[in-house]
Amino acid sequence: MSTEHHPHPHLPFWRRYIFSTDHKMIGIQYALTGMVFLLVGFGLIMAMRLQLAYPKSTFPFLEALFGSVNVPQGIMAPEFYNQLGAMHGTIMIFLGVVPLMVGGFGNFVLPLQIGAPDMAFPRINMASYWVYFVGGVIMLVSFFVPGGAANSGWTSYAPLSVIATAGQTLWLFGMVALITSSLLGALNFITTVIQLRARGLTFFRLPFFVWAQFVTAFLLLLAFPPLEAAGVLQLMDRLAHTSFFMPSGLVVSGEMQEQFTGGGNPLLWQHLFWFLAHPEVYVLILPAMGIVAEVIAANTRKPLWGYNWLVGSVIFVGFMSFIVWAHHMYLTGMGTTLSTFFQATTMIISVPSVVILTALVLSLWGASIRYNVPMLFALAFLPMFAIGGLTGLPLGLTASDIHLHDTYYVIGHFHYVVAPGTLFALFAGVYYWFPKATGRTMNPLLGKLHFWPSFVLMNGIFMPMLFQGLGGANRRYFDPTMYEHTLAVQGWSVVISWSAWLLAVAQIPFIINLLVSLWAGRKVSDNPWQATTLEWAAPSPPPHGNFAAVPTVYCGPYEYSVPGRVSDFCMQHVAQEA
Amino acid sequence: MAGSAEEVRKHVKVYLMVLLALAVLTVVTVGVSYLRLPTGAAILVALVIASVKGSLVACYFMHLISENKVIYSLLVLCFLFLAALLLLPVATSNHFWFR
Amino acid sequence: MSEEIPYTVQPHPLTGVFNGKMGMWLFLASEVMLFGALFSSYVLLRMGATHWPSHEETHLNVPLATLNTIVLILSSVTMVMAWASLKMNQLERFRLYLGGTILLALVFLVVKYFEYSAKFSHDIFPGTSTFFAIYFTLTGLHGLHVLGGILVNSYLVLPGSRMWKTEPERFTNRIECAGLYWHFVDLVWIFLFPVLYLL
Repeated sequence: MSTEHHPHPHLPFWRRYIFSTDHKMIGIQYALTGMVFLLVGFGLIMAMRLQLAYPKSTFPFLEALFGSVNVPQGIMAPEFYNQLGAMHGTIMIFLGVVPLMVGGFGNFVLPLQIGAPDMAFPRINMASYWVYFVGGVIMLVSFFVPGGAANSGWTSYAPLSVIATAGQTLWLFGMVALITSSLLGALNFITTVIQLRARGLTFFRLPFFVWAQFVTAFLLLLAFPPLEAAGVLQLMDRLAHTSFFMPSGLVVSGEMQEQFTGGGNPLLWQHLFWFLAHPEVYVLILPAMGIVAEVIAANTRKPLWGYNWLVGSVIFVGFMSFIVWAHHMYLTGMGTTLSTFFQATTMIISVPSVVILTALVLSLWGASIRYNVPMLFALAFLPMFAIGGLTGLPLGLTASDIHLHDTYYVIGHFHYVVAPGTLFALFAGVYYWFPKATGRTMNPLLGKLHFWPSFVLMNGIFMPMLFQGLGGANRRYFDPTMYEHTLAVQGWSVVISWSAWLLAVAQIPFIINLLVSLWAGRKVSDNPWQATTLEWAAPSPPPHGNFAAVPTVYCGPYEYSVPGRVSDFCMQHVAQEA
Repeated sequence: MAGSAEEVRKHVKVYLMVLLALAVLTVVTVGVSYLRLPTGAAILVALVIASVKGSLVACYFMHLISENKVIYSLLVLCFLFLAALLLLPVATSNHFWFR
Repeated sequence: MSEEIPYTVQPHPLTGVFNGKMGMWLFLASEVMLFGALFSSYVLLRMGATHWPSHEETHLNVPLATLNTIVLILSSVTMVMAWASLKMNQLERFRLYLGGTILLALVFLVVKYFEYSAKFSHDIFPGTSTFFAIYFTLTGLHGLHVLGGILVNSYLVLPGSRMWKTEPERFTNRIECAGLYWHFVDLVWIFLFPVLYLL
C-alpha cells in the first residue's frame, strides 16, 4: 500500500489535533484521557488502602495533601473515605476503562480492520469525545464543592443518594454527559460496521475484535438510556423534591424527611441502575476478549479455535446480559419465583462466557507461541478471567449470595475480571497496536519489567479479598477494625495494601516505555507482528483516509499456517492462488 | 425507499388515509375513556388503540413497511428488551403477586 | 477518493439505507429505551401506590390534551409531506410544509404552557405527588424533545436548505432523518396521552 497524497489543504493545529474528526486522532485522545483517568482512579484507591491497612494510624502527609476537612488530625474522615470509594468506581469504569477500550481502541482499530476510510459519522465521533471530556471535568470538579464529591457508592442507591451532599448532583450531571457520549459513539460504531465494511468483508470474515466491539455497541445503545432516565428522576428528587425513590415516612437520624411527599420506591432506582450496570460489565469484558483474541491469533500462528462458536457466544452473551440484572438485587426481598428466574438466566449466561474462554485456550493447542509482551498479557488474561468468572458463580446462586452479598468477596470477584482481566487485555492492546499508531515498537525489556510484577501483585491484591469476603468482611467499611467479625481477616488488608502500592511502582516502566518509545522507539515495518487483519495493510501510522485504495477482502481473518502455502500467514486483502 | 416522483405521489394518498385513521382512533380512545371501564380492561383497550396508532405512524410515515430487514430486526430486539424492562421490575414486587 | 465515506447519500446495496438513516434509527431505538424506562417507572410506582389519583382528582384537561394529540398528528403529516415535496422537486411546497410542522409544534408547546401554568397556579408541582412527579417528568422530557425538533426543523427550513442547490439528494436525506425523529416524537405522545390523561 503506497502512502497517500491527499489534496486536503493543511488544517490548522487546533483542527488537526484538538477538534479532529479523524477516527485515529479521536482514538488517541480517548486513549490518553482514559489512561490519565485510570491513574487518577488508582490514586484514589491507594489513599483508601492506607486507611484500610492502618485505620488507627495518623498520616500527616495525607492531611497535607487532602486538607484537614477530609483528613482531620491525620486520619481519614469517613465522609472522605466514602467520596474516594464512590469516585474510584465511577472514574475507573466510566472515565477510564470504557473510554480507553471502546473510545480508544475501538475508534482507532475498528475502521482500519474493516477497510473503511473513517467512522460513518466523523463529526459525531468528535462530539462524543468532547462530551466525555466535559463529563470528566464535571466529575473532577465535584471534589471541590462543599461536602465534596459523590459519596453514596458508584451505585448511588436511593434514598441515601437523594439526601447526599451537592457532589451527588454534579455526579448525576456528569453521568448524563458520559451517557450521551456513549450513545453517540455506539450508534457510530454500529452504523460503521454495518455500512462501511470493505468489499468481500462479510460478517463472518470479520476479526473477532470487530464482533466484540459491535455487540458492545448494542449494549451501550440500548442499556444506557434507562440509567439516563434514572439520573433525571434522581435529579428531580434532589432538586424538585419529587419522591420517585423516596419512600413514605422516611426518618434520617431521627428527623422526618418532610420535604418529600413519599410514595416512591427505592427499588425503582436499583432496577433502572442495574438494567444498565449489568450490561455495562459485559461492555467492560467483551472488547477485552476481542483484543486478547487478536493478540493470540497473531502470536500462535494458527487460526483461532472455533471462530463460529466465538461469534455465536458473543452475540448470545450480549442478548442474555439484558435479562440477568436482578442478580445484584437478590437481597431486596423479591419472591423466589423471580429470584429463581434471574438465577437461571445468570447461570445460562456463564455458558457462552466459558465457551469464549475455552476457545481462546484451545487456540493455544499445538501452536507456535511467540512470548512477546502483548502475548504475555494476553496469556495472563486467560487464567485471571477464569478466576473472575468462577468466583461469580456463588454470587449468581441465590443461596450462597445470602452470605457473600456486599462482602469483599464481591470486590475480589469483579476486580479479578476487570483488573488482571480487562486491564491486562488493554495493556496487551497498547503493546500490540503501538507500532501501528506510531511506526515504532515499545521496549520489550521494560515491557517484561511491567508485566511480571503486575501479574504477581494483582493476585496479591485480589486473592486475599476473596478470603476476607468468605470470612464475612463487609465492603465499604472505612474502618475494618471497628467490628469484631472483620478483625479476624484484617491481616490480609495489610497484604492487599502493600501489593497495591507496589503495583503502582510496577506501572512506572510502562509509563516510561510509552513516553520514550513515542520518540525513541525502534522503527518497524507496517506489519511487525506479521498479522493477517486489514489494519496491518495500512501504513504505520495510517494517513488520513487510511488506505490509498479501498481494499478488497478475499478470505477470513486468521489465515495462519495454511498447509501448502509458502508463508505462514496470508493477509485478508491478498488474493489467494487456488 | 428512494422512490421516484410518481411513487411518492401515490404515497401522498396513503398519508392522508393514515391521518384520517389516526384522527378517528384518537376520538375512539377518548370516547372509550368516558365509559369508565374497569382498570384492567381500560388499560388493555387504551394500549391496543395506542399500539395501532403507533404502528400506523411507524409503518407509513416512517416508511417502516417498505424498509429493509436490518431496521426491522433492530426494532424487534429493542422491543424485546423494552418488554423485559417494563415487566420484570414490577414482577419482582410483592404487589404483583399478592393483592 | 478513498477518504470519502461511502453511502452517505446512496443507500448501501445490502441494507438498502444510507448511513444517516441507519444512525437515526439506532438513535431512535435508544430513545425507545429512554422513554420506556420512564414508562417502566410509571408502572412500578402505580403498582406500589396505596392511592393513585382518578381522572377527577388529577384535574388534567382531557379536551386540551386531545387537541394537542391532533395537532401533533397533523404535524407528522406535514412533516412527511415536506419530504414528499422534495422528492417531487418542489422546494417551495417543502418550505410550506416544514414551516407548517414548526408552527404546529409551537402550538403544541403553547398549549402545554397553558396546561403547566394552570397546574402551578393551583399549587400543583412535580413534588406534589408521585403521579404529578411522573406526569411532569414524562411530559417535560417529551416537551424538550419537541423543542429540539423545532430547533432542527427551523435550521433545515431556511439556512440548512441552501444544500438543496448543491446536493439535493443529500438534503432530501437529511429531511428524511429529521422526519423520522419527528414521527418518533409524535409516537411517544400517542402512548403518553392515554397513559397519563385517560387511565
